[in-house]
Amino acid sequence: MGLTGIFLIAFLIVHVGLNACIWAMDGGQMFNVAAHFMGSTVVMRILEIGLFVFFVLHIVQAYTLEVQNRRKRSVGYAVPMGNSGSKWYSRYMGWLGTLILLFLIVHLRNFWIPSRFLDMNEVTYNGVEMHDLFGLMKDTFAGNTWLVALYVLGCISLAYHLMHGFQSAFRSLGVFNSRYLHLINALGLGFAIIVPLGFAMMPISMYFGWVS
Amino acid sequence: MEHYTMNLTLKVWRQKSKQDKGHFDTYTVNDISSEMSFLEMFDVLNERLVHEGNEPIAFDHDCREGICGMCSMYINGRPHGPWEGTTTCQLHMRAFKNGDTIVVEPWRANAFPVIKDLMVDRSAFDRIIQAGGYISVNTGNAVDANSLPIEKEKADASFAAATCIGCGACVAACKNSSALLFVSAKVSHLALLPQGGPERKTRVLDMVAQMDKEGFGSCTSTGACEAVCPKEISITNIARLNKEYLISGIVSDK
Amino acid sequence: MLNSKIPEGLLDQKWNDYKGHVKLVNPANKRNLEVIIVGTGLAGASAAASLGELGYKVKAFCFQDSPRRAHSIAAQGGINAAKNYQNDGDSVFRLFYDTIKGGDYRAREGNVHRLAEVSASIIDQCVAQGVPFAREYGGLLSNRSFGGTQVQRTFYAAGQTGQQLLIGAYQALERQVALGNVELYARHEMLDVVVIDGKARGIIARNLVTGELERHFGHAVLLCSGGYGNVFYLSTNAMGSNVTAAWKAHKKGAFFGNPCFTQIHPTCIPVTGDHQSKLTLMSESLRNDGRIWVPKKQNDTRKPADIPEEERDYYLERRYPAFGNLVPRDVASRAAKERCDAGYGVGSSKQAVFLDYAAAIERYGKIECRKHGIENPSAEEIRHHGVEVVKEKYGNLFDMYNKITGEDPYTTPMRIYPAVHYTMGGLWVDYELMTTVPGLYALGEANFSDHGANRLGASALMQGLADGYFVIPYTIGNYLADEIRTGQIPLSHPAFEEAEKAVAGRIDTLKNINGSQSVESFHKRLGKIMWEKCGMARNEAGLKAAIEEIRALRKEFWSDVRIPGGIREMNPELDKAGRVADFIELGELMCIDALNRRESCGGHFREEMQTEEGEAKRDDDHFCFVSAWELKGEGNWELHKEPLVFDVAHPSQRSYK
Repeated sequence: MGLTGIFLIAFLIVHVGLNACIWAMDGGQMFNVAAHFMGSTVVMRILEIGLFVFFVLHIVQAYTLEVQNRRKRSVGYAVPMGNSGSKWYSRYMGWLGTLILLFLIVHLRNFWIPSRFLDMNEVTYNGVEMHDLFGLMKDTFAGNTWLVALYVLGCISLAYHLMHGFQSAFRSLGVFNSRYLHLINALGLGFAIIVPLGFAMMPISMYFGWVS
Repeated sequence: MEHYTMNLTLKVWRQKSKQDKGHFDTYTVNDISSEMSFLEMFDVLNERLVHEGNEPIAFDHDCREGICGMCSMYINGRPHGPWEGTTTCQLHMRAFKNGDTIVVEPWRANAFPVIKDLMVDRSAFDRIIQAGGYISVNTGNAVDANSLPIEKEKADASFAAATCIGCGACVAACKNSSALLFVSAKVSHLALLPQGGPERKTRVLDMVAQMDKEGFGSCTSTGACEAVCPKEISITNIARLNKEYLISGIVSDK
Repeated sequence: MLNSKIPEGLLDQKWNDYKGHVKLVNPANKRNLEVIIVGTGLAGASAAASLGELGYKVKAFCFQDSPRRAHSIAAQGGINAAKNYQNDGDSVFRLFYDTIKGGDYRAREGNVHRLAEVSASIIDQCVAQGVPFAREYGGLLSNRSFGGTQVQRTFYAAGQTGQQLLIGAYQALERQVALGNVELYARHEMLDVVVIDGKARGIIARNLVTGELERHFGHAVLLCSGGYGNVFYLSTNAMGSNVTAAWKAHKKGAFFGNPCFTQIHPTCIPVTGDHQSKLTLMSESLRNDGRIWVPKKQNDTRKPADIPEEERDYYLERRYPAFGNLVPRDVASRAAKERCDAGYGVGSSKQAVFLDYAAAIERYGKIECRKHGIENPSAEEIRHHGVEVVKEKYGNLFDMYNKITGEDPYTTPMRIYPAVHYTMGGLWVDYELMTTVPGLYALGEANFSDHGANRLGASALMQGLADGYFVIPYTIGNYLADEIRTGQIPLSHPAFEEAEKAVAGRIDTLKNINGSQSVESFHKRLGKIMWEKCGMARNEAGLKAAIEEIRALRKEFWSDVRIPGGIREMNPELDKAGRVADFIELGELMCIDALNRRESCGGHFREEMQTEEGEAKRDDDHFCFVSAWELKGEGNWELHKEPLVFDVAHPSQRSYK
């Protein structure tokens, strides 16, 4: 879980970095060029397959683990422990993950499938023709309150999922030195807040027309 | 410290044997002194039950000074009750107030089957130790104790892990019924000492394998184990175990 | 006639000579020899591990759910060893001498010298097993001093030395279980020894989960079942600690040695009320740094902080300037009782004295400030650093005190009072640790042991491990070498059948009394009699009265006890009933022994026999012997005397002034 988790965390960094290009205020050129780069080289294609594999692994592992672990206690407690001892989001990683998965399906349908398999509007920069993903983004979110809300919700799930997952992944990989632990805990908290916030701001910005 | 007395309602899990389904019984106990320990309050109740011709509540306990690890009650939704770093026997009644209702359950985990009432079978822990929780040195083989200096910091960390009393509260608290805090405490205790070096790789692999075999769940790092551990054994030990496990898994000859 | 089998020769050569001439069992034969070990504390676990390593087939029994729960685990302070790592003049002889003197010249020289000799190997063995003893910054082992000695020879692991040593022995035991050399029977209680043709050949044990009786054969039986302090009801022993195994052996012919020698530990948390189920010890190591005092004024009800320095009586430092707060346990306990009886006690019960850490915190604080280069430190800085040091040394004990009493010992002095802690008496054994029943051994606290009339701090762990790791592996061979032709005796042997029938009969009888009083209430009453009349101070009239009261209590118990639940099931009340019945019988013997020993020595204080200053007065002319009691019938014992000969450590009046 930890290993796949860390790979997915790495993916998130790339994803959020790339998407941040929408705020370049250049009519989406930078974003579109970056997205084009990500979709056009063989290396990236291979990585994309890897990403899918890791996603599937992460999800399959998670559900197997959850099912197995639940079987270890056939008779439960009358008074549950609740939050005395652990954070709710640590206990509900499975639910948070499921929410993220649902969100992911919608998300793929919105962007990834059109860009790969459907006809899209094209733009040309410096003689190179490419998908106008920026335009797709704008069209998708502008005026679509429910969808934006769904995206924000997905990002919140992601935030809590990371809040636990980030430091837990490193613990699974055996980081125990107190120096690194403090660093990772701080980093994890920062990551869990900043990255999902960054993602959430994208549909919001599009919705309110803060980018042009 | 002001002392007071209180009347309480107890909801206690009763189960005749492993096969029995079990149920909660409700009792009221009166005039309980705040100076009593939690188990002394149970003594008072049991004494009354005997007088009334009923069977007293069976519960594990022995040293009553927080070190043998035998007591094991899940009190109001927490193993060993509301105080941090405390075993049930060291929990005192001043933690409660007049009129409180206290729900007492046994440790719940399939690897810890209930024997009777609040008693569970924790022999799985013994078998995990048998799988490798020792240093293979026969009596009489030892060299002089001071021939091998050990960094104080490491010796202290090893001791901190070795203070585990094997009570099983970590398992009882874990949503996955994982015993990893227990296993990691032993792995850390021995891995931190040079004496534990020769068996370091096989020990962690064997102990974790035995833990899985006994039917404990796996760790998802919720931290509940650390929060209820009466000896406040740090979850950092689990990270150390993971490191040991990964390295051993990679470099092991087996 | 008792034969202690002490080897001839010079004191410091005896053990070596013995080892050089003892019979050996060849490895192939060891596989066919079975040894039963009852109890898995330090003595039992170390013996089971060591004998398993040697190749014997071992069966280990304990009544707890795991061998790791045995009450050795609660020992706090440390373990002595004549390592002289501190270069402060320690030696094997010094440890031997301190132990003999500390025991008030009522122990065997040969045994004690052997104990001192093997003490160093124990530390080596434990370190090799991974016992994390306290260390200095240089990485070497740390030592502290303990009551009754003037050298630093005590090895420790914070306040949890017993726990760490037991876990070490437990792990060694579990390793042998994994290797198939030891079979483990947890939640089993031994209820009788099976004797065939005069030799111990097995036990009857009750499976405490199912209630079934089981027969187990062994070529030898080792009792490592601990002490009997719970005869006083309130003691620092675990709730389950009991005399039953030893008492059954006594009934089968094993003599009981020095039953009245009880150790009252000076630093325990005082009783709070009738509900009290046990007493908690505060390690003696606290006396290293803490100062014990009472107010100079009688019935002083002021808070300790309000009593100025000049109105405090540091009575141990006053009476015993050479040893001060570090006098042996018996002396410290009696001094506390004397002050409280005279009306100087503190706390709501007036049965307590103060153990004060203010001075130690200040002293350590100043040293730390110097170390940190703080010039003219403020009182707060000193206190802060001092508390840190005390926390590292005694943190877990202070926390424990805080949990039990709700008071913070860092800011207010602890209240302490003596409590029953250890029993020096036990089954009489010879030099080979064999009881008067051939093939039946007793190790650790269960035997009458090497501590004479008073045990020094940090010596119990030493003795338990010495017996198990380094004595029994040699001495048992001397017996088993002659048993290699004895095959496995079938469990259908009439002796097994008869023993099982007797055990079952007794359980039935107990269960069928169906009276009106709980087991617990009888135990409490027995404890009260014992504490009041056979406790810290004893006198003829009291002891005689106690014997009568105990006999009456015994009758009442057997006619009016009520045990709910069934026989063939888990029934903790039934388990307890059997134990209390044995305690009642033992209580009578203890009083008889105490009455018989008209002298004061160590933990045994006869009020008739004291010096003008109130110190214990020994009578070497008449009582320089071990009392070994043989059971002749119900309430009828015959005394055998084993004379004690002192060739090296000549008895003198103990003085700690």
